[in-house]
Amino acid sequence: MQHSTVYENALALSLHGAMKTFGPVVALADGTIELRAGEIMALCGENGAGKSTLVKILAGVHAPDTGEFIVAGQHCSFKSVADSKAMGVSVIYQEPTLFPDLSVAENIFIGRQPKNRLGLIDHGRMRKNAATLFERLGVPMDPARRAEGLSIADQQLIEIAKAISLDAKILVMDEPTAALSGVEVDRLFKVARSLRDAGAAILFISHRFNEVMDLSNRITVMRDGRYIDTHLTRDVTVERIVRDMVGRDVDTLFPKTEAALGETVLAVDKLGRKGVFSNISFEVRAGEIVALAGLVGAGRTEVARAIFGIDKRDAGSVTVAGKALPPGNPQAAITSGIGFVPEDRRKQGLVMDLSVARNTALTLRHKFSRFGLIDGRAEKRTAATWSRKLQVKTSSMDQAVSTLSGGNQQKVVLAKWLATEPKVLIIDEPTRGIDVGTKSEVHRLINELAGHGMAILMISSELPEVLGMADRVLVMHEGLITAQLDRNEATPESVMYAATASQEKNS
Amino acid sequence: MSSPSHGTLNRAPASKGLGPHTSGLGAFLKLRELPVTVALVALVIITTIANPLFLSPQGMKDLMLNATIMMLLAAGQTMVIVTRNIDLSVGSILGLVAFGTGTIFSSMPNMPIPLVLLIGIAFGAVLGAFNGLLTVWAKVPSLVITLGTLYVFRGLNNAWAGPKQHFAGDRPEAFGNLSVDTVLGMPIITLLAVIVVIILAIFMSGARQGRDLYAIGSDPEAAKLFGINVSRRVFTAFLINGSLAGLAGVLYASRFNAVGATTGSGLELDVVAAAVVGGVAIFGGSGTVIGAAIGAILLNTITSSLTALRVDKFWQQAIVGVLIITAILIDRLASLRHAKNLREKEGRNV
Repeated sequence: MQHSTVYENALALSLHGAMKTFGPVVALADGTIELRAGEIMALCGENGAGKSTLVKILAGVHAPDTGEFIVAGQHCSFKSVADSKAMGVSVIYQEPTLFPDLSVAENIFIGRQPKNRLGLIDHGRMRKNAATLFERLGVPMDPARRAEGLSIADQQLIEIAKAISLDAKILVMDEPTAALSGVEVDRLFKVARSLRDAGAAILFISHRFNEVMDLSNRITVMRDGRYIDTHLTRDVTVERIVRDMVGRDVDTLFPKTEAALGETVLAVDKLGRKGVFSNISFEVRAGEIVALAGLVGAGRTEVARAIFGIDKRDAGSVTVAGKALPPGNPQAAITSGIGFVPEDRRKQGLVMDLSVARNTALTLRHKFSRFGLIDGRAEKRTAATWSRKLQVKTSSMDQAVSTLSGGNQQKVVLAKWLATEPKVLIIDEPTRGIDVGTKSEVHRLINELAGHGMAILMISSELPEVLGMADRVLVMHEGLITAQLDRNEATPESVMYAATASQEKNS
Repeated sequence: MSSPSHGTLNRAPASKGLGPHTSGLGAFLKLRELPVTVALVALVIITTIANPLFLSPQGMKDLMLNATIMMLLAAGQTMVIVTRNIDLSVGSILGLVAFGTGTIFSSMPNMPIPLVLLIGIAFGAVLGAFNGLLTVWAKVPSLVITLGTLYVFRGLNNAWAGPKQHFAGDRPEAFGNLSVDTVLGMPIITLLAVIVVIILAIFMSGARQGRDLYAIGSDPEAAKLFGINVSRRVFTAFLINGSLAGLAGVLYASRFNAVGATTGSGLELDVVAAAVVGGVAIFGGSGTVIGAAIGAILLNTITSSLTALRVDKFWQQAIVGVLIITAILIDRLASLRHAKNLREKEGRNV
């Protein structure tokens, strides 16, 4: 094999035992990676395994608390993105940040535009230099067009062109293929291989095993913020990688209370939104917790938004307790008994500067208003009732929610929706950014609600949460439901397989 | 039509066929200045057909003189708006400098005109720098900062001038003649403004610092990541805008008879209107100085042509309003359609 010699190649970068904590949260316990010139190293791990933190350390966004970091034979501690760039490290993110109003060429050369004799920018030469870069990459691109409206794939290629123009020796690609179509992936891989053959060291992160097996020379696996193992790609099987990724016992964490299932409350039939997801059909019965699993970007949140009516649907129907919902009308969704706890509670779930009472009663403004004015005392009474039920830790109902902890904020969002006495509760990432103690409290709460006959649709990227909580697991991949698993069928492996759709070549 | 998943690939070879440069006609049709230029030309033609005197030499000269001050202000304002900021205090800066110019000439009639121009520019620069410092240091939106300085500067002007006004009679004849004599068919103050606008246009398109301003307005966070010194660039934009308002203030004193406590009141909104009509995006990142200058000429020409066509004063203002809203709606609709197309064409094939 042509690349059987990778182990002898020069070490381009090595990171050993890097730890990174944010307050009490350990984002990375043991970040270890080794990149050699002329190889493509794949990095695998579940959501939350610490891959992103590791990438940010390489990029100079975060400085590790401990650990040994060597780039091109030198000990490094990057203080900024500029430091990392100066050492020849370039990071291509899943969604690059370009200036939409500037031309493609200018996005590559901003701050380093070639000048003419008058000291002015030589636009012609800049475009020609950019065109040369794209020629080298073997992709057609008009350097003069504005970056606005470029596909993600094209934006990544611009970032790669920039990296080459900066003479980057180490290229980190953070889930570059997540939003790409099959043809675009092939094109990106061609570029990556030619850069590798020219001697670059590439770190490639992907959840798609077929891509990992296809592209990489070696594979490093991480789990729970720790380095697990590194394999030569040609000597390892997908099964082994998956085992490395999920190897942990999840059953003990989530004592599941069995609830008696009732009538079907939420029925979604052939729901579709062009370019985002299609043919989404499922039902949730009273007392049932259905988890919507999948990778970040699979289209789960978008499905929830379309059910609730924030985004318009292009196809299909949504029925709540036998009554069809009109499309694109959240008010109708609320009236018919859906509650929606969004993922980003700071931006979408709460009005951060308002009090606990105001936030709790936001969904009930109609009920509390007398002659168009809101009855403040009724508002506080209801808020106090629900805060007590959910054990929200707050000094008073007048306290601004911005001063509460993440877990307590989440409880206020829950209280807001529970106060409407919904039949269906959609919860998007219920425990994201919440400390461990409150996490289990939120889980207990969701279990209790189901026990009282509420139908619950829970979106979660955390495998243990999905497996521990759900009666049934729907797995989404690239806008489609790829598996419906009952509680006893759902294992880390079966969910991960469906989420990455690794058995089928997608294009 | 390309199939969804192949959208990118099908599009790209087409652009390669055109070579590294976008085709001349295509690029021309996409120019943000195009709508405002077409509107201006159409307006002049229609008005001239209805009233041939409109384009007489004297008519032309009046048009140019009327647009001069606004052109300068709109060009400076563009620099600021492009960085996702705004300067509402320009009318007040102009007023202060105009009154200052009158004061200088009434006490020192023999002061050389170039020196007075420089003093005016420097005075404006100081006021602009004040806006810039507050915006950059206090990190308060410039809308609020300059709304404040609009009143502060105007208050200073009131305190300084009181009921006093300076008239053209107190100023040297040569100074007034700047607005009368023509070179290359243009009044001297207009020529001066045109030169300044062209220099600014070259800076905005040809200097790295100028391009940085667009990057900042396009995505301030990304600009920081790219290592652009956002604070310094934004400060500079306010400083230059202030200098231009200062220059406009001196020219105002040449062009108009009386300068006093209320000179330049309310100009700021006309200036922003001119920039927006000229294709400058109010949220920053795009638009050109030339476009804004043409926008300024258009707004002034509308006023003149509606007068020439004997349209009621009330309707003149309403028409300007309709123009602004149209300009913004066209922009908004285009970007909405663009976003929808993108989602359907380049999203998933589902």
